Amino acid sequence: MADKLVLELVSPERLLISAEADMVVVPGSEGDFGVLAGHAPLISSVRPGVIEVHDEGGETGRIFVTGGFAEVTDEGLTVLAEDAVPVAEMDRGDLEQRLKNAREDLEDAETDEAMHKAQATISLLTEMLKAAA
Amino acid sequence: MASLKDLRVRINSVRSTQKITRAMQMVAASKLRRAQEQAEAGRPYATHLRRMMVSLTAALTNPEDAPVLMVGRGEAKTHLLVVASSERGLCGSFNTNIARRARQRIAALLQSGNEVKILCIGKKGRDMLRRDFGARIVDTIDMSSVRRLGFGDAAPIARRITEMFEAEEFDVCTMFYSHFKSVLSQEVTEHQLIPVGAPEAAEEDTHAHGMDATYEYEPEEDEILEELLPRNVAIQVYHALLENAASEQGARMTAMDNATRNAGEMIDKLTLVYNRTRQAMITKELIEIISGAEAL
Repeated sequence: MADKLVLELVSPERLLISAEADMVVVPGSEGDFGVLAGHAPLISSVRPGVIEVHDEGGETGRIFVTGGFAEVTDEGLTVLAEDAVPVAEMDRGDLEQRLKNAREDLEDAETDEAMHKAQATISLLTEMLKAAA
Repeated sequence: MASLKDLRVRINSVRSTQKITRAMQMVAASKLRRAQEQAEAGRPYATHLRRMMVSLTAALTNPEDAPVLMVGRGEAKTHLLVVASSERGLCGSFNTNIARRARQRIAALLQSGNEVKILCIGKKGRDMLRRDFGARIVDTIDMSSVRRLGFGDAAPIARRITEMFEAEEFDVCTMFYSHFKSVLSQEVTEHQLIPVGAPEAAEEDTHAHGMDATYEYEPEEDEILEELLPRNVAIQVYHALLENAASEQGARMTAMDNATRNAGEMIDKLTLVYNRTRQAMITKELIEIISGAEAL
């Protein structure tokens, strides 16, 4: 394939990735979608999940994002992530520990707000664990 | 006239002050570099978000139904002013400038019969506004524990603001901060956070970026917008805080540079006086000896 897609992954704090790829799979809020060069312009929200980067016929990168927005233009794909961690850098043990802590938080939660927060953390961590597997 | 010893003590004290101001200047310089890098690193996100906002606003099917966060509630009775300042002093007129601008604005708003609420970020701004408008300060957000400003620090502030807006505690929210133009000049800026309003020059932007293409939306425009607007507020706050942090260090660096230079001048002057006094004393002693010898 001659045409390549320009992928930019940015978080509020910095530009995380600026690279070329054959295809990128984005976890959209209404289902995963793959983006190739020349994709129609699209704006979608992103749910917590893994962005897969495919290049040279194989998967070259897996990055976990905690949600955000994706924008496809003629120039390429831009993902505005809240936070992003490469899957390779995620530590199962650490995640399980954090999940355990979050569950405890949920049990100890006294206000609705604290409960919602704990639940959100739990669902986020569960997603991360799934990705790390 | 001051004795030689007094002068010596004075010179030494000015010299140690100069050492401190010089050290502070150097610390500010290195912090400034970091703050500037951070501000630049945050820029791509802000520009992309803005572009998305522009295209979304353009794509809105019926602007009357747009979220209140964007178009406002149609009135501007209660104003919330978010005043960003620094946690520490010794940075020249940095905080004074911000406070003065905020004070002018508050006075104008009150005069035209509006209600004003103030949310302070940073201790120094609160200290300055407390005397005149103490009762109007809703809260102060303490940033002294923040070493390196992250998005995680700005997000709760933005959430607080949006929650207050949803609880109808205010209609219009304006943020006051210092825009970092260069090391030597920082400009106090007012920025309206809520209602967001249609981004200025939307038309030009769309064309300039060749974005006439119609987007597909997933989910629908208004659902994305609902998520995007609070996020936009958070980004604006974060951006303003970064600018403010860079400005603070810039202002401190300039102020400390001046202080170091002034201390240097003072040392020169005092040394001159010291030497003159010393010479005068020697001359006086010589005259005493000579006239004593002549008298014999």
